[in-house]
Amino acid sequence: MSENGSDRKPLLELRELSISFGGLKVIDRLDLHVNEHEIVSVIGPNGAGKTTVFNLITGVFEPDVGDILLEGESLIGLSPHKVTQRGVARTFQTLRLFLNMTVKENVMAAQYGRTKATLLEQMLRLPRARREERRMNEVAEEKLGFFGERLMGYRWNQPAYSLSYANRRRLEIARATATQPRILLLDEPAAGMNPVETHEITELIGKLRDEGGYTILLIEHDMHVVEGISDRVVALDHGVKISEGTFDSVATDPRVVEAYLGTSAAVTK
Amino acid sequence: MSTETPPPAPGSAKPATSPQIGADEWVQRSGERTTGPGGLFGYASRTAGRTPAFVLLLVFVGVACAIPLLTSNGYVIGVDADTMLYVLLAMGLNVAVGWAGLLDLGYIAFYGFAAYLYAELSSGHYDIHWPTWQSVPLVIAATILLGFVLGSPSLRLSGDYLAIVTLFFLEIFNNFTTNGYAWNWLGLGATHDITGGPTGITNVDPFRIFGRVLDNRPTDYVWVAAAGFTVIAVLFHYVNRSRTGRAWRALRDDPLAAEMMGMPVKWLMLLAFAVGAGVAGFAGAMNGAYYQGVFPDTFTFPLLITIYAMVVLGGVGSLGGVVLGAVVINVLLEVLRTPDHARWIFYAALLIGVLVKVRPWRLLAAVLGGLVVFGVVVNQIVGETWARGVAGPIAVGPTSFTKNGFFATLIRHWQVLPGNTYEANDYRIGNYAFVVAIVLVLACTVVKGWKRWTLLVPTIWVAAFAWENVLIEQAPTTRPLFLGVVLIVLMAARPAGLFGQNRVEIV
Repeated sequence: MSENGSDRKPLLELRELSISFGGLKVIDRLDLHVNEHEIVSVIGPNGAGKTTVFNLITGVFEPDVGDILLEGESLIGLSPHKVTQRGVARTFQTLRLFLNMTVKENVMAAQYGRTKATLLEQMLRLPRARREERRMNEVAEEKLGFFGERLMGYRWNQPAYSLSYANRRRLEIARATATQPRILLLDEPAAGMNPVETHEITELIGKLRDEGGYTILLIEHDMHVVEGISDRVVALDHGVKISEGTFDSVATDPRVVEAYLGTSAAVTK
Repeated sequence: MSTETPPPAPGSAKPATSPQIGADEWVQRSGERTTGPGGLFGYASRTAGRTPAFVLLLVFVGVACAIPLLTSNGYVIGVDADTMLYVLLAMGLNVAVGWAGLLDLGYIAFYGFAAYLYAELSSGHYDIHWPTWQSVPLVIAATILLGFVLGSPSLRLSGDYLAIVTLFFLEIFNNFTTNGYAWNWLGLGATHDITGGPTGITNVDPFRIFGRVLDNRPTDYVWVAAAGFTVIAVLFHYVNRSRTGRAWRALRDDPLAAEMMGMPVKWLMLLAFAVGAGVAGFAGAMNGAYYQGVFPDTFTFPLLITIYAMVVLGGVGSLGGVVLGAVVINVLLEVLRTPDHARWIFYAALLIGVLVKVRPWRLLAAVLGGLVVFGVVVNQIVGETWARGVAGPIAVGPTSFTKNGFFATLIRHWQVLPGNTYEANDYRIGNYAFVVAIVLVLACTVVKGWKRWTLLVPTIWVAAFAWENVLIEQAPTTRPLFLGVVLIVLMAARPAGLFGQNRVEIV
């Protein structure tokens, strides 16, 4: 925490986190923390274990050892939907939208954990179910409105499979924010986007923090994005944290350069 | 859907407003260029889409209830009641299969369980006669509970594996009902008759509602089913648009993403099984009361296939679609019971198929002309060389539309009818023809161009030959066969079912 010169309590904290798949240590004693309103980027070569970290945080995998704390409370052992309801939402590197549902339904479906009407209330359209339904509709429109014109109007009622790649990425972010999280885990939000769109998504992530009030943990390969918005950068290689700090300090760290480019490159640098 | 202003070509979009990514005019006006499904189905589904749901409900229930008032023909009213029962079952199956995407092959076990439970509670079998207002809610509650239990494999299994395990439950149920007349606990104590064995439980009480005994079968049960349908349709309509309905559709598309977005996927899967089972519970109790007996043969795999066919034909996941699918298939199966009616459907389907699929009109004329000439020539040749070959009887059922009518005369001059089908040799001809017809159909799918159209003529003729000489005589075999053909043809034309949404798995 010294980099920030802050003694704020971290929103999300990973302590000594380890997991191995069949003898292969994928994450090895990883410590990581994300403070409130911070944007932290995780970088590293392919196979470094970045997405595994996300899968551990969201409860897809259970760590062999270590602890994951959200506001001081452990998330270990919770099923993924419980983790989401605690306030952790994620997007996927390989898009996983509900393709056969409409754009708006995608965002409304994500609010399941924020509603309480029982099945019977929903079947009979009792007041609470109606109220929640209206509320879900409003929230969905608000979340989709965050992206300007792109996901508005007639697009609400179109199936998600009809969207372009960039719009699908936007919809995934909208869907994640609709779960009303404290912290957003974005897994390569700029993957497959053209330079203009990459620039837009960079601004958008900043806006998510500044206007949306979300804390953001980001996996990204595009260094322009990472440079543009990160408060802090964490570099992983083979499941081990090899560097942490500002973008400049991490990007010039010989261990990071070596991990990306190999030993000789590090030497010539 | 205005067609007056043709949309500008993508390249020539006017730069009047600054073109923004994703918000340009071309995209804004996409609605004008969008065309829904065309043809009759498209028109029907657009009309159905515009009509408020409660109007559709009123029309459907109104028609179902009007039939007993308009006719005193017990058979027709019976078909009406049966159809309503199938509609209920199809709606229930649609919850797990259509909405939540769980391949549940044990659904009929819920139906059978409910029917047996009702029979146990309201018959002379144990000499218990519970009043309806107690027994039916109990049956429904117990079936919902069974839904939770039999749905539990879905917590660990999905897809084919879930299908196999649930099918296994159905087979256990069938074994239990067939052999349950001599049940004893682990070989201890005396045997005990639980299910009545192969003969089932008879003399089951009819429903008694408000002191009235509903023994005017089948009319009373049209009312019962219509009332149940109305309630279930309203509940399902609402649940489909609620967060639970959305969550089911979400987990059908991507269970992992659904779980990650805060939906308790395992619980939702169990819920889908249980809700579907609840409908089967009501239908099962009605089955027991309506037929005044329950029999193990009723709740077997063929019934499951029939219900699945209804759901698939109507459009998996579409509430209105599965209702329509159930009506179409059950009515079709009933019509096919009478060979002469079946004959009308057979030739109508052949003709419509040719009319729809063969284009342009010159080709159509050639195929139809070829069919007539081919048939007449073969008929003449056979008639010259083997007189008995064209002298066979056409009429079959008791209600003969075609006995000596115009239509029969046409067929007589077009087909070859070796006649006396009670003679084993003649049957054999029909059987060979059936195999030849299948080979020809397969050949038609392999060859292309003019060869296919040429081959189509003998294919249709041989199919008609097999129909006239063997299939029409054997309604029990022909019905499922015909149903299969209708399904294949319809699914080829509309893969998502009559009113189903086209689904995309991977994009």
